[in-house]
Amino acid sequence: MGIFSIFSRNKKEKLDEGLQKTKQSMFSKISKAIVGKSKVDDEVLDNLEEILVSSDVGVTTTLKIIERIEARVSRDKYLGTSELNQILKEEIAALLSENDKGDMLGFDFPKREVPYVIMVVGVNGVGKTTTIGKLAHQYKTSGKSVVLGAADTFRAAAVDQLKIWGERVGVPVITQGMGADPASVAFDTLKSAVASKADVVIIDTAGRLHNKINLMKELTKIKDVMKKVIPDAPHEILLVLDASTGQNAIEQAKQFTASTDVNALALTKLDGTAKGGVAIGISEQFKIPVKYIGIGETKEDLQLFNKTEFVDSLFNE
Amino acid sequence: MFESLSEKLERSFKILKGHGHITEINVAETLKEVRKALLDADVSYKIAKQFTEQVKEKAMGQNVLTSVSPGQLMVKIVHDDLAELMGGEHVDISMKGSPVIILIAGLQGSGKTTFSAKLANYLKKKKGKNPLLVAGDVYRPAAINQLQVLGEQIGVEVYTEEGSKEPVKIAKNSIAYAREKNYNVVIVDTAGRLAIDEVMMSEIKSVKDTINPHETLFVVDSMTGQDAVNTAKTFHDRLDYDGVVLTKLDGDTRGGAALTIRSVVDKPIKFVGIGEKMEALDVFYPKRMADRILGMGDIVSLVEKAQEQFDTVEAQKLQQKIAKNQFNFNDFLSQIKQIKKMGNIKDLMGMIPGMGKAIKNLDIDDDAFKEVEAIILSMTPKEREDPKILNGSRRKRIALGSGTDIQEVNRLVKQFDETRKMMSVMAKGGGKNMMKMMQRMKGMPQG
Repeated sequence: MGIFSIFSRNKKEKLDEGLQKTKQSMFSKISKAIVGKSKVDDEVLDNLEEILVSSDVGVTTTLKIIERIEARVSRDKYLGTSELNQILKEEIAALLSENDKGDMLGFDFPKREVPYVIMVVGVNGVGKTTTIGKLAHQYKTSGKSVVLGAADTFRAAAVDQLKIWGERVGVPVITQGMGADPASVAFDTLKSAVASKADVVIIDTAGRLHNKINLMKELTKIKDVMKKVIPDAPHEILLVLDASTGQNAIEQAKQFTASTDVNALALTKLDGTAKGGVAIGISEQFKIPVKYIGIGETKEDLQLFNKTEFVDSLFNE
Repeated sequence: MFESLSEKLERSFKILKGHGHITEINVAETLKEVRKALLDADVSYKIAKQFTEQVKEKAMGQNVLTSVSPGQLMVKIVHDDLAELMGGEHVDISMKGSPVIILIAGLQGSGKTTFSAKLANYLKKKKGKNPLLVAGDVYRPAAINQLQVLGEQIGVEVYTEEGSKEPVKIAKNSIAYAREKNYNVVIVDTAGRLAIDEVMMSEIKSVKDTINPHETLFVVDSMTGQDAVNTAKTFHDRLDYDGVVLTKLDGDTRGGAALTIRSVVDKPIKFVGIGEKMEALDVFYPKRMADRILGMGDIVSLVEKAQEQFDTVEAQKLQQKIAKNQFNFNDFLSQIKQIKKMGNIKDLMGMIPGMGKAIKNLDIDDDAFKEVEAIILSMTPKEREDPKILNGSRRKRIALGSGTDIQEVNRLVKQFDETRKMMSVMAKGGGKNMMKMMQRMKGMPQG
């Protein structure tokens, strides 16, 4: 007898409905459970744990958050529901790395000597090319001249996909066709961008699983080759994470950071039901800020990350 | 990143040790670790909780056989239930129909197009079918080209309708086309969509209602986290799919989503994607997945592999040597040869529960054997017998003879010492050594 065979289909369905309801009322439940108490009790912590773990925050980070809440509560002795909400959100937000560290630029920035180079990396299917299309659109809208480099020369039709985005947004795409050396494409793109005095260069790369050593080495090479054209390039190494990814995202961040010094994150597909909570742990552990979020399939569906809104969304259904 | 479950359990089992049967108190810590392991593996919060509670009920009061520790018994209960939950036997896709119509659905980026092509390739090469691929993703830029390129690679025709933005019509027309051209399988690729996108979900529902597929497959990224509950269920409610495809399993995700999906919808996992090549498609093995989610060693395959390669008599001799700390470079060499026959050493060691920790800090890479063998072969018989005599000038000579340098010789001697120490510790571990463990496991029901 398997453990779950004792559940009939009906029971399972009820369980899921229940799950939805619990989620909805979770926050008010937490509040109720702690109002008027000076110590956060087990029930509260269990509820909090469920919210956080169910949002992919992960056990380790969840425990860290709970510790912080406990410390804060015993120090401040909160009084009511509204204060608690605030404390919870503040403590979680505190784990997210600061976005405005100064070394990275928003969509609008003063004219630079050399193009601002963004290299986009990530595992397969997270939405790298789509994110690039949206980024190009944002920069173009802020009056920047943008050049895209099609260095995903591996996946079938990846170059075409980027070309279509280039046409859609109205920016040039540098390509060498499928199967070309990606480092060479990156080199060409930077050369061309410097020659045309472009403001922004965005390099697409093939999706790769972070445990494939040779593919990760290739990424390091692509990155290093850019320095031959612009010594401090790439200025932004953007790791794209799918919001529906679970704890494996931490390993992704670790390996991509090891081979390319990732310094910004983009969280995609946040328009679905996935909460992307794993970004909290990543941001905290690797001190990499989440810079962008993807919230749809059109070129406008990219936003700069907002901590408060993100934390709020963890608790909203 | 994750400490494997077996490592954690080792710790918590110390609490269990010395108890004759499993009780609420001695099992609590173990269950906590099991639950954490499941959550770390991205099993849904609710399901992980329920699962551990069920395991607890089942385990409570069970008498611990003298041959196994309570900890081992617990692992076995957890593992067996997990494997069974994952689905007992492999379920093949339905091949009844003329043509057989297969509809592929899933979220964006889950790997539908790649899987569609892999499936076509598999049916063509392994099942002797004559498949037609249908490019039904009219939204994502270049999605049609992608399928065309893959179709060309595997020599399968791809049905497209230039400029059409109507997936329902394309799907419908493709079936007529397949009949006309005598294709016996039609695989309809579709655009990725979010479960909450009402318009897109209705669209795929009408694709399904129109072509009435024999098999609808839900493609899901094995790295999916807690959201697997929502998507698997919503897609199931709308499409009532027949099976699940788990992609990107060649990554290092623990793949708890597989357990979540199996628990929320009662549909088998039919295929797994294990690479970017067109051949990188495999059928699903529930036991392997259970091992992967738990992060515990693949005991079964280790035993099988070991049984294939192990000479029992020699093993016993070796056993005695290890116990007496007489293990030398000759034994090491023959071990290396045996291990090489079995596969990658670190993988093999990793299969033994509890060994993960012991070898984690030993730097064993795949090619390490080449140099190691060269170094040992450059030793005199006396040196191999008695590594203690390896002084500086001997080491220098060995380095020269093996084409390595003295640092590498030193490193090997050091590694050898460490290994020897470790083995001797294991051998003294109250009958818990590797050899006996293997023998005991031979008698255990597999799985």
